[in-house]
Amino acid sequence: MSDNITRRGVLKSLAGIVGGILAMPAARTCKAAVQNVFAIAPAPKGYDPFKHKWLMALDVDRCIGCGLCVEACCEENGVPEGHFRTWIERYVITQPKAGSGEMRGETIVDSPDGGKEGFPESLIPKEDILKSFFVPKMCNLCENSPCTQVCPVGATFDAPDGAVLIDKNYCIGCGFCVQACPYGCRFFNPITHTADKCTLCYHRITRGLKPACVEICPSQARIFGDLKNPVPDDPLQRFRSTNKVETLKQYLGTGPRVLYAGLDEEVR
Amino acid sequence: MDATILTNVVDALPQFDGYVYPNERTLHPLWSVLIVVYPYITGLVAGAFIMASLVRVFKVKALEPVYRLSLLTALAFLLCATLPLLFHLGHPERCFEIMMTPHFSSPMAMFGFVYAWYLMAVLLLELWFDYRRDFVEWSKTEGGLRGIIYRAFTLGVTDVSEPAVRLDARVGRIISIVGIPSAFLLHGYVGFIFGSIKANPWWGNPLMPIIFILSAVVSGMALCVFIYMFLCWARGVTADMRCLDLMVSFLFYAVVIDSTIEGLDWLHRLYSAEEGIAVLKSVATSKLFYTLLIGQACLGTLVPLVLLGSMQLVRKKVSELNRRRVYFTSAVLILMGVLAMRWNVVIGGQLFSKSLRGFMSYKMEFAGSEGWLLSTGLLILPFIILIVLIKYFLDRDLPTIENVVPGAARPADSPEAQI
Repeated sequence: MSDNITRRGVLKSLAGIVGGILAMPAARTCKAAVQNVFAIAPAPKGYDPFKHKWLMALDVDRCIGCGLCVEACCEENGVPEGHFRTWIERYVITQPKAGSGEMRGETIVDSPDGGKEGFPESLIPKEDILKSFFVPKMCNLCENSPCTQVCPVGATFDAPDGAVLIDKNYCIGCGFCVQACPYGCRFFNPITHTADKCTLCYHRITRGLKPACVEICPSQARIFGDLKNPVPDDPLQRFRSTNKVETLKQYLGTGPRVLYAGLDEEVR
Repeated sequence: MDATILTNVVDALPQFDGYVYPNERTLHPLWSVLIVVYPYITGLVAGAFIMASLVRVFKVKALEPVYRLSLLTALAFLLCATLPLLFHLGHPERCFEIMMTPHFSSPMAMFGFVYAWYLMAVLLLELWFDYRRDFVEWSKTEGGLRGIIYRAFTLGVTDVSEPAVRLDARVGRIISIVGIPSAFLLHGYVGFIFGSIKANPWWGNPLMPIIFILSAVVSGMALCVFIYMFLCWARGVTADMRCLDLMVSFLFYAVVIDSTIEGLDWLHRLYSAEEGIAVLKSVATSKLFYTLLIGQACLGTLVPLVLLGSMQLVRKKVSELNRRRVYFTSAVLILMGVLAMRWNVVIGGQLFSKSLRGFMSYKMEFAGSEGWLLSTGLLILPFIILIVLIKYFLDRDLPTIENVVPGAARPADSPEAQI
């Protein structure tokens, strides 16, 4: 034993520990710098937003309500607890009462914790349910976005590639855009004290990756693509040609671009 | 597991009823009591200015005793108008971006300009032209701090010759004429902030700016009645009943117009029965029962209408004391009613989900930036400023036209009237 513990060895170990402690702040700074370049900085150098037009499509019939997309989004973007850049709603429509002459019964909607943990079994007995389905929700990437229209300083803007972004170093935190979004997609971030919303994972899509929610969806309920650069057998083009698509709250004139297939009239 | 427990707790909280979007499930509405106070204060400014304009522009001589009081009231409240907004911002240190880099499609971006225009180009200028000759006189008679203040406010212009005073009066009148649309703009714009939000069926309404302007005029006039009567009581003098009767007449007609338009708004909403009407009806009759139906409609509108209306009919048969009692009660009720109206619009509009499937609740905090302590403080602050302004610029011991020659005409009408 005593042969193993030498003065040189102990000194080496101590020097290693001290060196490690001293190097930690430098390593942290480096890590932050790398993150800054690769993760937090929204787009890499050379990315031309005029050469892309991003779009998301959501297939209601494919969504299984597993909540992985919500969880991935929160992880990827550091979304604060209790707030959501994307979420899933569960619609349960009950059978009409016998003899009521109605087509359908009550519509019960829920989204516990944004559907992040999936959904507990419905309290309504199965035989009373007419139909039930899940609807993923997110920023609708409006053509005439009311949220960017009302921003008093122009901190939120429509990027030429279709994303609706917020400059959190510029936002004054008035909350006007949160009020103006008819879809409840924006929230007031309690950490940055600014407005916050889905960026389509801008740091990913500008580097050729898919948004986190699309990447993780096990049932391909989320289809993402670039309208200006379609790939062979483009999933987005296929989605549009094979489905009857709709958008949410069209009557408000916001020009929502996110496409839905299989929407029910109860969804809003 | 923790998240599940948290979710269950949030679900069990009584403040949410039905389905609300997950991002709407916050402890209090995004725009809370501070944003209630903000349009209230701005409205009082606009209304008080309109009261002053009745003297300057429309030459209603009987209201002269309250001319300067109304202008000073408008100033005291205007100085505080931005404070609630500032306290509410997530980044108040970036507030000047609104003026430095405004986004012209935003109604809120225009606020900086409308506010600056109204404060600098209208209210301060009108006050200065009105007071200039008095400043020159007082700077000669008063010493100490007061003397310094009055001397500073003359801005070095000490010419009080008859042509100069006449010019003051003429410019003052022109500013006042410009001031009326400016006052309407100031508050109409506040209404537009809400009216422009089409996402919200309660707010998104073209009548909203008009309702805000009218209720502003009503509240500002009621405030002038209140402050004038309070000032008379504090000074131990009897109010000028001719002035008071006329003020209240104008107030009555303003309430008639305001309540008609607001009634029309509701009638239209109920009749057209658009998408959100079921939710709006539910909010109005349950969560806003006390503030909307009792506070705003009954106590704030119907009771003052009956009281003031009956005074218009049987004024001569009622003693001055009783008249004053009725006027004071009505003014206080109207002030409370308009505050309730601001509450109903701002808070009411955030008590239901934009999914139109559920409701939120709001329980005001005591302390904190969104608490009632701060908002009450912000409502009291203009009164404190007003007391200081009255002390310095409406002092009875200072010789002015009204003090020396009661009921004397203003230089605007007869330039030969001198002290």
